[in-house]
Formats: sequence, C-alpha cells, structure tokens
Amino acid sequence: MKKILPSEITPYSTYLNRRKFVKTASAFSIATSLSLSAKALHNNDSSKYISKLDENDELNTYEEITTYNNFYEFGMGKSDPSNNSSLFNPKPWTIKIEGLVEKPLEINLEDLLKKIQIEDRIYRLRCVEAWSMVIPWQGFPLSELIKIASPLSSAKYIQFVTIFRPEEMPGQKRRLLPWPYVEGLRMDEAMNPLTILSTGLYGHDLLNQNGAPLRLVVPWKYGFKSIKSIETIRFVEKQPSATWSMVAPNEYGFYSNVNNTVDHPRWSQATERRIGEFMRRPTLMFNGYEEEVAHLYKDMDLQTYY
Amino acid sequence: MLSTNRVKKTKPPIIILLFLPSLYWIYLLLIGNLGVNPIEKLMDNLGEMALRLIILTLIISSLSDLKFFRSLVTLRRTIGLFAFYYVCLHFSTYIFLDHFFNFQFIIKDIIKRPFITFGFISFLCLIPMAITSFDGMIKKLGFNLWKKIHYLIYPAAILSSFHFFMLVRANKTEPLIYIGIIILLLSYRFYKKIFIRR
Repeated sequence: MKKILPSEITPYSTYLNRRKFVKTASAFSIATSLSLSAKALHNNDSSKYISKLDENDELNTYEEITTYNNFYEFGMGKSDPSNNSSLFNPKPWTIKIEGLVEKPLEINLEDLLKKIQIEDRIYRLRCVEAWSMVIPWQGFPLSELIKIASPLSSAKYIQFVTIFRPEEMPGQKRRLLPWPYVEGLRMDEAMNPLTILSTGLYGHDLLNQNGAPLRLVVPWKYGFKSIKSIETIRFVEKQPSATWSMVAPNEYGFYSNVNNTVDHPRWSQATERRIGEFMRRPTLMFNGYEEEVAHLYKDMDLQTYY
Repeated sequence: MLSTNRVKKTKPPIIILLFLPSLYWIYLLLIGNLGVNPIEKLMDNLGEMALRLIILTLIISSLSDLKFFRSLVTLRRTIGLFAFYYVCLHFSTYIFLDHFFNFQFIIKDIIKRPFITFGFISFLCLIPMAITSFDGMIKKLGFNLWKKIHYLIYPAAILSSFHFFMLVRANKTEPLIYIGIIILLLSYRFYKKIFIRR
C-alpha cells in the first residue's frame, strides 16, 4: 500500500480554518472542496488517529469508507452513493429544530459550528448486513445541540429527518423506501456522550456519500440508525417512527442495538466481516461499547426490544 | 427453422462465453479489483449468473415447443451444466471465502435462515440433474425416470428465485422479474399438460 507522507495529510487546524473561510468566500470554497476531494486519498498511518484506536482495531482507508456505502437516496448498490451523489449540494445548510422545544429554531450549520468544538472520534461502524469498518470521524456530541435546542421536559425522544431533494438524490425519484428517511433515539441515548453529530472524517468535510454535511453517528447501533444529511431534528413525546422498522418491523426494531444474540432473519449477527479482512470477527455486544451504554437498557428485554 | 447443425456449431463459442464471466470475476478478485467487499460481490455475481442460466434452460424448454426453435434443445444441457457450475462456485465461495469452513456456523446458518435453506435445497436439487446429464444416462435410466429426475429444475428454479428475493433488502424488482418469468413458464407447462395431451 502506498505510504502517504504526514505532510500530505491536511492538518486538522487547516481543516477547521477552511470551514470558517467557507462562509466568506463560498465560490472559492467550491473550488477548494473540489481540489480537496481530488487529493483526499488518505492512508491509515495517521499517527494521530492510530493512537486513539481500540485494541485489535485498524482504521479503514478513506477509499473504503467513501466507496462502500448504504445510502439509498443515491441508489441501492454499495458504490451507487459515491457514483451518483455529485449533484447533491450540501452548502449552505440549515437545520430545523422543532417539536417540543422552548422555541423552534432554524440554524445555519456554519453558525452552529462556530458555537461548538469539533472533536475526533474513532468508532467501529457495524452494519446490520454483518460487515463493519473503523472510521475516524470528526463531530460533536449530540448533547451539545440538544442543549442549544432546549427541549421541554415532555420531550422523551428525538426524531431525525433526512433532506428530501429528488432532483439531487436520484434514489428518491423511485420508491425504494418511503421518503424522507427518518430515524429516532430515546432521549438518554441521544444524550449519551458516545452519540455524535458528524461533519467530517479523516480530517475532511463529509463527502456526499457519507451523509454530508451533517449526520448522526451512534456507534453501538446498526449503521442504518446513524441517519445521514439531517435536515430536521424533532423533539417528541412518543417513540417516533424509523424508516427501516416501518418497512419491515419484524426485521428491524426501533432500538437496533448491535446484539450478537439476536439474529436478523437474513444475517447472523454473531460474526461480521471487517472490511479489508478475510476472516470474520466475532461481533461484540453493543459493538464493543457495552461499558458505556449497557446501563441504558438494564431493565429491558433486548430480545423483545431489538 | 434453426437447423440442429447450425445450433451445434454455436456450442463451442457458447461454452467459452459462459466460462468467461467466472474467470473474469476470479481474476478481479485476485488482483483486488472487485470492490471494497470482494467476497460479497463475487458471491452475488456468481449466484445471479446461476439463477439467470437456470431460467434460461426453462425458457429453452418452452421455446422448443415451437418448431422453429426445436433445435435449441441441444444447447439446454450445456447451459444447465453451466448453471450448476456457477451454483457450485457460488456455494464454495460461501463455504470457503465467506465462512472459511466454519461448518458449525454454516450448518446453523443453513437451517436457521430460510433464504439460505432455500438456496441450499435448490443446490441439492441440481446435483442429481447434473449427474444424470451425460450421454447414455437416458438409456441407462430409461426416459421416464430420467425425465422425472429432471423435473427437479422446477423446485430448483422456484427456490433459487425466492432465495434471491429474500436476500434483497428493498426494491425487489429484479427478483420479482425472475419469479414472474418462472411462474409464466410454469403455467404454460401446466396448461400444456392438462389441455394439450400428446
């Protein structure tokens, strides 16, 4: 594998500065992001990320993470999102915060990013289809945004809605799924420090196929819970609907925690293929985040609430 | 009318043509050019090819009722054997590359997951057909028994198309097209059997 010099990797400070720059020179930023995506071939030898890796994990490459995606808004094949997402324009981006909040808000993403601190989070991502990756995300805890939103005490759940733009998202022109894609979390899950909203990976803005410009990352749940290209965040009282559990409730539950003891009708969840590896790995309970999240479900029967 | 001789002449190029995809995919796998999850990709490609060839043999059988296409039947066995070839590759990919001979897991998988059960039974159906598809077998077994064995193509086709249908997560158009074709061909057979006794 080709080694990439440390000097070739965009320093994180540059990346953040670039974000600030975007709002003043948006035309120029398009050129910047184009050149960025052209040279955005990272290797997994960034010592900064490696030092944060869990034992037995290796980073997946930028290429793997950006060419093998489930994002049906851009088509059903794994390479469709990287091939069919060039028309999607995530800039500028407004997030609507509504429902049981003190005051419904519309926040420009650039304004939001000025108020919060971006962090590195290296997480395993486990797809319900029994494959997995290790991804160096950049983002911020969802709890920070919840603080800004100041929900009412009656808000027990959060629903997230992906943007609906069939002109830019070719998959939405066909009824592959009921659009727009929706997902949800219970408030304590949303407040858990592991739960982040991500804006980048490997030090670059999220590419369209990965859910630009803002996506959820909930590392102890199957990948489809980590909804992409979020437009609306709605605070609600009752458990909200989520696309896959609407489409096939016997296959996908609302919680969809990674659970090696509850099998999906199509895939055994006991093992997984880590992308880039030949031998399957045993799947870990809560995707290896048991210590951090098991308490959220301590009185629940996870065979029933899968 | 297509003469048997002309159809026979197309056999060697057809054999090469049917071999090529498998060689190409294995080549792509070896040079690391079969995508990010190559094992899954290889398995999908092989399985889909097998299903298409199974359906093709059914189409040929029905077409050969027309005088013009009767001679196509000489190709049916070749295509059927290639369907079996692709099923074997598909199944070995599952056993070797996907689960690396973890038979404890594989057996559980076959029993527990209906879509794998269907695929596996379909594979079993094809075995006696493949074994009895060599020259002299019709004579040895007698035409009636031989024919009965080869009726196994129907459960094989139905089960493998459902195997595919159940695997797909959303937008089941492609497997539904295959199932539709199979139902159409089957109803034609039933119709023929009941109303046009020969």
